[in-house]
Amino acid sequence: MAFQPRSIAQLSEAAVTVDLDKCIAHKGCTVCIDVCPMDILDIDPQTGKAFMKRDECWYCLPCQKDCPTGAIHVAIPYLLR
Amino acid sequence: MPHRADTLESEYDVVVVGGGTAGPMAAIKAKERNPALRVLLLDKAHVKRSGAISMGMDGLNNAVVPGYATPEQYTKEITIANDGIVNQATVYAYARHSFTTIEELDRWGVKFEKDANGDYAMRKVHHMGTYVLPMPEGHDVKKVLYRQLKRARVEITNRIIATRLLTAADGSVNGVMGFDSRTAAFHVIRAKAVVLACGAAGRLGLPASGYLMGTYENPTNAGDGYVMAYHAGAELANLECYQINPLIKDYNGPACAYVAGPMGGYTANNRGERFIECDYWSGQMMLEFYQELQGGNGPVFLKLNHLAEETIQTIETILHSNERPSRGQFHAGRGTDYRRQMVEMHISEIGFCSGHSASGVYVNERAETSVPGLYAAGDMAAVPHNYMLGAFTYGWFAGHSAAERASSLDFSAVDAEQVARERARIYAPLLRDHGLPALQVEYKLRRFVNDYLQPPKVTRKYEIALDRFAEIGEDLEHLHAADAHELMRCAEASVIRDCAEMAARASLFRTESRWGLYHLRVDYPERNDAEWFCHAHLKKDESGRMSHFKRPVEPYIVPIAEQEKDAYDRLRVAPKTSPEKTAATV
Repeated sequence: MAFQPRSIAQLSEAAVTVDLDKCIAHKGCTVCIDVCPMDILDIDPQTGKAFMKRDECWYCLPCQKDCPTGAIHVAIPYLLR
Repeated sequence: MPHRADTLESEYDVVVVGGGTAGPMAAIKAKERNPALRVLLLDKAHVKRSGAISMGMDGLNNAVVPGYATPEQYTKEITIANDGIVNQATVYAYARHSFTTIEELDRWGVKFEKDANGDYAMRKVHHMGTYVLPMPEGHDVKKVLYRQLKRARVEITNRIIATRLLTAADGSVNGVMGFDSRTAAFHVIRAKAVVLACGAAGRLGLPASGYLMGTYENPTNAGDGYVMAYHAGAELANLECYQINPLIKDYNGPACAYVAGPMGGYTANNRGERFIECDYWSGQMMLEFYQELQGGNGPVFLKLNHLAEETIQTIETILHSNERPSRGQFHAGRGTDYRRQMVEMHISEIGFCSGHSASGVYVNERAETSVPGLYAAGDMAAVPHNYMLGAFTYGWFAGHSAAERASSLDFSAVDAEQVARERARIYAPLLRDHGLPALQVEYKLRRFVNDYLQPPKVTRKYEIALDRFAEIGEDLEHLHAADAHELMRCAEASVIRDCAEMAARASLFRTESRWGLYHLRVDYPERNDAEWFCHAHLKKDESGRMSHFKRPVEPYIVPIAEQEKDAYDRLRVAPKTSPEKTAATV
């Protein structure tokens, strides 16, 4: 039996958090996902709401500023905070 | 990956790659010059919020406004600030057009600060002249540009990452290849003229925080434009003149001496004392900054806590709503209040950027690169210290030049072999069922950049760096991507590796020190005008190797008097006699 290559995930705290009560992604809104330069936001199939999918945030704030319902909060990523 | 087998072909007269600052202007001006042309603006993110000014900008750093400065004076200032290695024709062309660009932006709705008479409220930050025009409400720049793009009927495609240019049999550029970062569909776009406006190479060094995307530049700006131009055979100029910036430590955003300076803020050492006379970013200024950091007077701070409450409120309003608006939150988290504490600063990781220094793809005063059909503008185009207004202005020039070429040409044949080769290169990480993750390879690569390339530059370290970068090149053959997004990061890792090699080789070629910290070579500590008063260019030669050569500095349009040449060398504040010493002497 040969050694099997594997990859492992490293956990990070998500800098971008979403207020699920305010988010209207389930109604077809994709503003935050569209404006993110790094394309790190997506829709969670479980909830239908936006979520931070990848640890590549530049803390630049278009998602927070352009969200029509104020449902996005961007924290400074932990490593720089 | 349902779409990965697809190759989507399209055809435009002019393709502009990069929808940040220079790109939208190029697209609009190409359309204005010839409304019959089909113009495509391509962005790897979304044009509404892409590029260095995604959240707007707090001011113009290099506005040449009649009554405050002349094009001749500005050209002289930049020539001196860049140690004489300047194609003055490019700087002068910018300076003469600068005010026209401001008036156009003003007409479009960009808000500049004006005084009670409606005149532009100019401020002095540079060593010699007055060129800073604040934009306290500059957060809407991207919205203004987007409106103009729609009005001009420019076609826009978002989330396409361009990876290589297509070249015709005669060597001219005749298209762009890339892929969709969401579906992985491969795009082949034929064009009569291509404008590259892809920003700085901002993901070259690793931020001291260790956070990959904690860069000064928008991390989408990985250096794609530099690498596409290189592989298309274009000449790149003075890449050894790195971008290194004085930034807020850890946050890695600008401390904004240009905003705070005219209101009384300044860069200070740990005693709260000024140590440089002028906060304008130049290589010499960065060297003084570096020496203060290394010496017993470090760290270095932005000092505002001596200012009046209303001044501090004004500074906060500007800094916390423009360019990098999350900095207020960063300061709050650290308990830093401009009223009480000085803000700790640090030196950034290295990058390429002509917007701030002079490292870029060679262009002339019409934004033409050395390859027919290829134009460049903005941070990646080698017009020294060009900043945002220079990006707009050279975008304007590039749009006009590209439209003129496209109006008088037919499409040329696409080389199917180039397409097949690029498709195979790009898709390889998707086809492997296991391998190295792109971000881990990027982390190691950029750590090597810090370990070996961060100035002061040591020859032996640079030689080792080349070995390490070659090994990373082998690692790129083992990348694995699970989806289209990861495939984008794989493509970027290759871009960063190419930029790292260019940085190392360009630095080794110039065997002197110049531009303060930007090119401080420990083994050649002196400036050597006899041998190195010239541009150093780099290009891919016929055998595919990185080759280097000197280009003479073009004859000056604006002569520099002997006593003015070293104005930027005299930045350090003369040491004061301390009170104790005075007392003792008395």
